[in-house]
Amino acid sequence: MALDVARIKKDFPILDVEVHGGKRLVYLDSASSSQKPRAVLDAMDRYYETTHANIHRGVYSIAEEATRLYEESKTKVARFIGAPSARGVVYTKNVTEAINLIVYSWGRANLREGDAVLLTEMEHHANLVPWLILKEERGIELRFLPMADDFSLDLTDLDRLVDGVKFVSVTAMSNVLGTLTPVRRLAEAAHAAGALIAVDAAQYVPHISTDVVDLDCDFLGFTGHKMLGPTGIGVLWARDELLEEMPAFLGGGEMIRDVRLDGWTPNEIPWKFEAGTPPIAEAVGLSAAIDYLSALDLEAVREHEVSLTAYAMRSLTERYGDDITFYGPSEPSMRGGVLSIGFKGIHPHDISQVLDEEGVCVRAGHHCAKPLMRKLGVSATARASFYVYNDEADVDALADGLESTARLFG
Amino acid sequence: MPGLEDLYREIILDHYRNPRNRGELDAPPAARVEGFNPLCGDEVVVYLLVGGDGRVADIRISGQGCSISQSSASMMSASVKGKTVDEARALIRAFKGMMSIHEQRLDGSEDDAADAAAQSEVKMGDLEALQGVVKFPVRIKCATLSWNTLAQALDEATAPNA
Ligand SMILES: Cc1ncc(COP(=O)(O)O)c(C=O)c1O
Repeated sequence: MALDVARIKKDFPILDVEVHGGKRLVYLDSASSSQKPRAVLDAMDRYYETTHANIHRGVYSIAEEATRLYEESKTKVARFIGAPSARGVVYTKNVTEAINLIVYSWGRANLREGDAVLLTEMEHHANLVPWLILKEERGIELRFLPMADDFSLDLTDLDRLVDGVKFVSVTAMSNVLGTLTPVRRLAEAAHAAGALIAVDAAQYVPHISTDVVDLDCDFLGFTGHKMLGPTGIGVLWARDELLEEMPAFLGGGEMIRDVRLDGWTPNEIPWKFEAGTPPIAEAVGLSAAIDYLSALDLEAVREHEVSLTAYAMRSLTERYGDDITFYGPSEPSMRGGVLSIGFKGIHPHDISQVLDEEGVCVRAGHHCAKPLMRKLGVSATARASFYVYNDEADVDALADGLESTARLFG
Repeated sequence: MPGLEDLYREIILDHYRNPRNRGELDAPPAARVEGFNPLCGDEVVVYLLVGGDGRVADIRISGQGCSISQSSASMMSASVKGKTVDEARALIRAFKGMMSIHEQRLDGSEDDAADAAAQSEVKMGDLEALQGVVKFPVRIKCATLSWNTLAQALDEATAPNA
């Protein structure tokens, strides 16, 4: 079933906002952060208005209800990603913290000087800088799967690169190129080499039906605000056995079973990794976001984004020919709905500024992937990204806006 | 609501299309300083040669950036050439004042008065075209990138053992 975008747009209050004197808001920056449907906003309001209390503590009814809502959200998250149980679902403040948790807990406990970790050249800084920090601290070796000329992940040297590594950590979809990486194949290679694999699924889980068992990964991280949910909540899913073995990351309340003046014992998983009061209202919002996405059906979401991306590439090429460059795979079914463009050599900041005047929001910059930008040979790109509330009229607004840009700077 | 015409004045677009003093100088004798805008990845390289008379003998700009950072760098280079180091520093202060950036004193008070004085004494000329940038707060960093880099280059060029 195709998405009814006209109806979906009505669910997002922000899309009624007018900017720059009556211009319709054309939001094309969901890869950075998605907008929120009324159902999510209402669920969070309702929570604060009727049942807010701290969880896992009070025995009174609203505290019990808050605890129930929080734990129910984890069950929904687990089901949403095909995880066997909610015991493997740890809430963090975003995917960046989820990856840091892996590095600081698993990494510090298991990696010594000279141990190798395999990443890719396409990583967001979130899945690079924590490893660089561990490299400085421990002297681990970092290896990188390169990007091929067609913007796919180059697996030519996979066997050699994966040989002897202890850990593999890869993005499932590049937030710059839209490239989908072959996660299952990489998991197979990692496991054959005796390594574990973590997947940065920040750009994947919001758009593509995800099954951690099918992907055969050991860790998977994603972030609520890119999937119609609120900011301030991220997810680390890991296999139960791994979480059991891993040392705690942050210390404090919630994550302990017992504390004495001379020591402490950790709580059970997943709470062992959730120090302090967690993002309760955000968990409620994430629940509502998952309900909303599930009702749309992720298969339909994916289909919609592939066809919109195909439309965008086709119409922009028809209109601007060689003046437009796409940094990413040319085949829409091989990529996500993230379109990094170069246009007539005009700086992305200027493109984005002129588009803003037309109400069109795109991201300009290095997208937190500076090593990849260096490889592409540019300091920045302008990036349009699509989600459930975007339609062909939004793409047309982008194409028209580029015309204004060309007039000013061409 | 500020419009694009406040930002992209004709003179700015002219400096963007025809940047002045683009290129490099041998360093040494010139000071070479790189500036980065971590937000957008823009980078500017300032080559600065201060003569024995304490004046900016030559200046060259390389690097890449948006129209605002490129035109600001171009105008900056044109306006400091031939100036004494002190005059160039006063111009930097005046420019940053125009961008609403006031150096904070340690006691928390701002240097408004000094900046206002600097601004009134210093002839801004074409640089005033960049005033519209203030209405676009995220772009202020683009406009000031080359000026901050120049400040560093002046320090380097006048360091005792440079
Ligand atoms: C692939 C990828 N990883 C990590 C992140 C970081 O997300 P967050 O800022 O929510 O931690 C992003 C988004 O910015 C992303 O696109």
